[in-house]
Amino acid sequence: MNHISPVIYQFLVKRLTDFRLFPPEASKIAPQMDALFFFILLVSLVGLTAVVLLVASFSILYNRQRHPVAVQVEGSTLLEATWTIIPLGLFLMMFVWGALIYFRVYTPPPNAMNIYVVGKQWMWKVEHSGGQHEINALHVPTGRAVQLTLISEDVFHSFSIPAFRVKREVIPGRYTTVWFEATTPGTYHLFCSQYCGTNHSQMTGDVLVMTPEDYRKWLAGSTSGASLAQNGERLFASLSCAACHNARPDARGPSLANVYGSRLTLANGQFITVDEAYLRQAILNPSQHVTQGYAPIMPTYQGQISEEGVIALVEFIKHLDSDYRIQQTLNTTDLPPGSEEKAAPAGQAPATQGRVKK
Amino acid sequence: MSANTIISLPDQGTAGVPKKNYLTQENGLLSWLLTRDHKRIAILYLLTTGFFFVIGGMAAAIIRLELLTPTGDLVASDTYNKLFSIHGIIMVFFFLVPIAPAVLGNFLIPMMIGAKDVALPRINLLSWYLFTIGGCVELYMMIVGGVDTGWTFTTPLSTHYVNTNVIAAAMGIFIAGFSSILTGLNFIVTIHKMRAPGMTWFRLPLFIWSYYGTSIIFVLATPVIAITMVLIMLERVTGIGVFDPAKGGDPLLFQHLFWFYSHPAVYVMILPGMGIISEVISNFSRKRVFGYTAVAFSSVAIAVFSFFVWAHHMFIMGISTYSALVFSLFSMLVAIPSAIKVFNWSATLYKGSITFDTPMLYAFGFIGLFTIGGCTGVMLATLGVDIHVTETYFIVAHFHYVMVGGMVSAFMAGLHFWWPKMTGRMYPESLGRLAAVILFIGFNLTFFPQFILGYLGMPRRYHFYPPEFQVLNVFSTAGASILAIGYLLPVLYLIWSLKYGAIAGNNPWQATGLEWQTQSPPLTENFTVMPVMDHEAYDYEWLERQTLASQNLENQSQANQSQVRPKETEVPRAG
Repeated sequence: MNHISPVIYQFLVKRLTDFRLFPPEASKIAPQMDALFFFILLVSLVGLTAVVLLVASFSILYNRQRHPVAVQVEGSTLLEATWTIIPLGLFLMMFVWGALIYFRVYTPPPNAMNIYVVGKQWMWKVEHSGGQHEINALHVPTGRAVQLTLISEDVFHSFSIPAFRVKREVIPGRYTTVWFEATTPGTYHLFCSQYCGTNHSQMTGDVLVMTPEDYRKWLAGSTSGASLAQNGERLFASLSCAACHNARPDARGPSLANVYGSRLTLANGQFITVDEAYLRQAILNPSQHVTQGYAPIMPTYQGQISEEGVIALVEFIKHLDSDYRIQQTLNTTDLPPGSEEKAAPAGQAPATQGRVKK
Repeated sequence: MSANTIISLPDQGTAGVPKKNYLTQENGLLSWLLTRDHKRIAILYLLTTGFFFVIGGMAAAIIRLELLTPTGDLVASDTYNKLFSIHGIIMVFFFLVPIAPAVLGNFLIPMMIGAKDVALPRINLLSWYLFTIGGCVELYMMIVGGVDTGWTFTTPLSTHYVNTNVIAAAMGIFIAGFSSILTGLNFIVTIHKMRAPGMTWFRLPLFIWSYYGTSIIFVLATPVIAITMVLIMLERVTGIGVFDPAKGGDPLLFQHLFWFYSHPAVYVMILPGMGIISEVISNFSRKRVFGYTAVAFSSVAIAVFSFFVWAHHMFIMGISTYSALVFSLFSMLVAIPSAIKVFNWSATLYKGSITFDTPMLYAFGFIGLFTIGGCTGVMLATLGVDIHVTETYFIVAHFHYVMVGGMVSAFMAGLHFWWPKMTGRMYPESLGRLAAVILFIGFNLTFFPQFILGYLGMPRRYHFYPPEFQVLNVFSTAGASILAIGYLLPVLYLIWSLKYGAIAGNNPWQATGLEWQTQSPPLTENFTVMPVMDHEAYDYEWLERQTLASQNLENQSQANQSQVRPKETEVPRAG
C-alpha cells in the first residue's frame, strides 16, 4: 500500500490506529446504559430479522413463477393481536428500564461534590468550589459522585460527555444539573451538542479523570487563592448586600444565614425550599421572590452580575451559617445611626461563629 | 420476463396515448398557471418540490464533502452552518412535507374515491401559489445571505444572537404553512363529501386512510408552527420577551411550541408513505392487504398519538422528570401502530403471487429502512438511552432512515407505480430496478455509519470533529455519492420515458383501484361516467371478472369499451 499511494497509506495508518466502533465506558452509569442499549439492539435485531425472513421467504415461496394464483387471506385477529401485544410488552419493558436510568442520571446523590459550569458562545467555564477555574476542561476524581450545576450566559448549549453517557442541556436563565461518578482515569471528549452558532463545533474540551490522589494534587496546584464562597463574600460586600441582609432588628431584608435548604413562605403565599435556583432568581428577579414580611424594595441585579458572580454569591449564601462576618463588614463601613449597641462586639464572638465554610 | 412482472401493455404497434387527456386539454403556460385540475396542480407541485429537492440536495452534497476531513477546509464555519440550515429548512418544509400529500395526494385522492376533482379546486390552486410564494421567500433568503439557525430555530439563538435572515426564513415557512393547512382541509372535505356511490369508508384504499390521517395533522398542527414563526419574527423585530429569559420569557416555551408542530409533522412525512406502500405491496402480491381494518385504524392512531409525544425532543432539557415519563410512554405507544403496519405488510405477501417490479423493490427497501428507523426511534424514546444518543449523529441517522429511507423510497415506489397513469407511458423497467437497488445500497452506506458515529458521541451540526471519527465519515460521504446516482438515474429515465416510454394503456399493473379503471393519462374530469364502487378494495377477483367481461363484450361488439366499465354505463353523472 505504501508503494501504491503513500497518502492513503498514511491516512489509513493514522486513522485506523485510533479507529473504534464503541465509545469507552468511563463512568458508573455507562455500563448500565449500554446494557439497556444492547437489550434494545437485540430486540431490534430479532424484530428486523423476523421481518426480513418473512419478506424473503414469502418472496421465494410465493413468487409468480412458483405460485401463479394468489390465495386471498383476510387477516387473522389472533396473529394481529400477537404482533401487537408482544411489541407492546417489550416496549413497556424498555420504558421502565429507561426511566430507571433516567431518574438515576438526573437525581444527584446528596453527598455529591458540586462543580459549576457556565456555557457561553463558544466556551465552557468551570468553577470549582475551591476557587479553581478552568476553561474547556473539567478535572474530576474517580470514585466520587460529581454534580454539575449548569447554566448558560447566552443561548442553549448542551454539556455532553459521551464516555460517561451523560448529557444535559445548558439553558440561559435557569440551573440544570447532572451527575456522574467517573471510574477510569483518562482524558475524554467534552462536546457542546446543542447547536449554538458559528463556532458550535469548536465548543469542545477535555474531561480529565484523575485518581483521587492526583486530583488532590491538581486542586492544590490550581487554586487561585480564594474559594468560590470567599469570592462571593467579597462580591456580597461590594454590592452592599449587607446594607439590608444583616440580621439586625431594623434590617430591611431577611437574614441569609442558614437560609439554604430551609423552607420559606413568600409574599404571595407560596411555599418554597431554598435551593440554588431560588437564590439565583431572588438575586436577579427579586420582586417575584419576596419573602413574607418584607417589602419588595430590593433592586434587580439582572445584567449587573455575570453568571459566575451569581454562582459565587449563591455559593457564599449556601455556606453562610452566621451573620457575624456580615455585621463585621458593616461595622467597618457605613454604620447606621444608633445601631452601635445592637452590633455584637467583635471580641466576644465565638471563633467558630463567623467562619465561612469552605 | 413475463413471469417476473405483471406489466400487461397494449399492443405497442396499434396503441397510442389517448389524444384527449388532462395534459392536452388546454395548452400554454397560462392554462397551467390558472388550472383548477387537481392532476395539473399535482404536476406543478412535482416540479416545484423537485426543484427544492435539488437545492436541498446540493447543500447536503457540500456538507458531506466538507465532512470528509475533520477540519473545516472547504467552507467556513458560518457557511457550513448556513448549508445545514438551508438543507433542513428546504428538505423539511419544502420537500418532505409537501411531496407525498401535494403531489401524489392531489393526483390520486379524487381518482381513487371516484371524484372528478377535489372539493375545493380553487383553494387547491391557491395552496400551490402559497407554497410557491413561501418557497420564493426562502430563495430570496438564500440569495441575500442565508440563515444559520438550523431548521429548528432554537431560541434565544434565533431571536437575539444570529444576524442572518431569520425573518425571511420564518416568513417563508409561515406562508407555506397555509398551503399545508388548505391542502389538508381540501383532502378532508374531499374524502368526506366526494366519494363515489358505494365507496364506503371501509372500501377506501388504505392510501386514502393514511392521507386522511395526514390531513388531520396538517389542519391541527400547522397553525402552531405559524404562531411560533410569528412570535420569532415579533421577538426579533420588536424585542418582546416571549422566549427571552432576560425579559422573563421562557426559551423552553419555544421548544414546546416548535415540537408540538414538528413532531406531528414527522408523521406527515411518513404516513403518506405508508399509504403508498399498502397499495404497492397489495398490487404486486395480488393480495388484499392483510388485516385491512388494523392498517386503516393504525393510520388514524398514528395521527392522533403524534400529538402527544412532542416533549420526547426535550428529555435532556430540564423538563420535569414526570412529564418525561408520560412522553416516553406515549412515544412507545406510537411505535405500536407502525409495528402493526410492518407486520401486516409482511403478512400480505403470504400466499400471494409476487412479482418484483420497480415499485415493489422500493417497497421492500422501505420496509427494511423503515424498520431500522423505527427500532432506533424506540431507542430514542427510551429515556435512559436518549440521554446519550440525542443531539448526536445517531438522531441524524434515525430521522434520515425514516424520512429519506422511508419516505423517499415510498415516494419513489409511488411515483413509479403511478407514472404510467400520470403520463400514459412506462418507465424503463430494468433501469428502474437498478436505481431502486442503488438507492438502497447508497442510503445504507451513507447513514448506517452515522448510527455508530452517534453512539461514539459525535454531535450533530459539527463542522470540525475529532479525527478518530474520520473513517466513518468517509464511508458516509462515499455512500452519499452512490445515493446521488440513485436519485439522478430516475430523473433521467423518467424524463426519457415521457417521449420514448412504452404506451402504458389504462391499467398496466392490473390494479384494482378506481384510478386504474380510466384512461392514462386521465381526462380532465377523470371518468366519463361516475364510477360505482360495488366491491371491496383490493378485490383482484372482481378485476379478473371485469377483464373477462370486457373482453367478451369487445369480442362481441368490437366497440371500444376501454374507458368504460360496462356496468356503469347507465349511471348518470352527478354534477
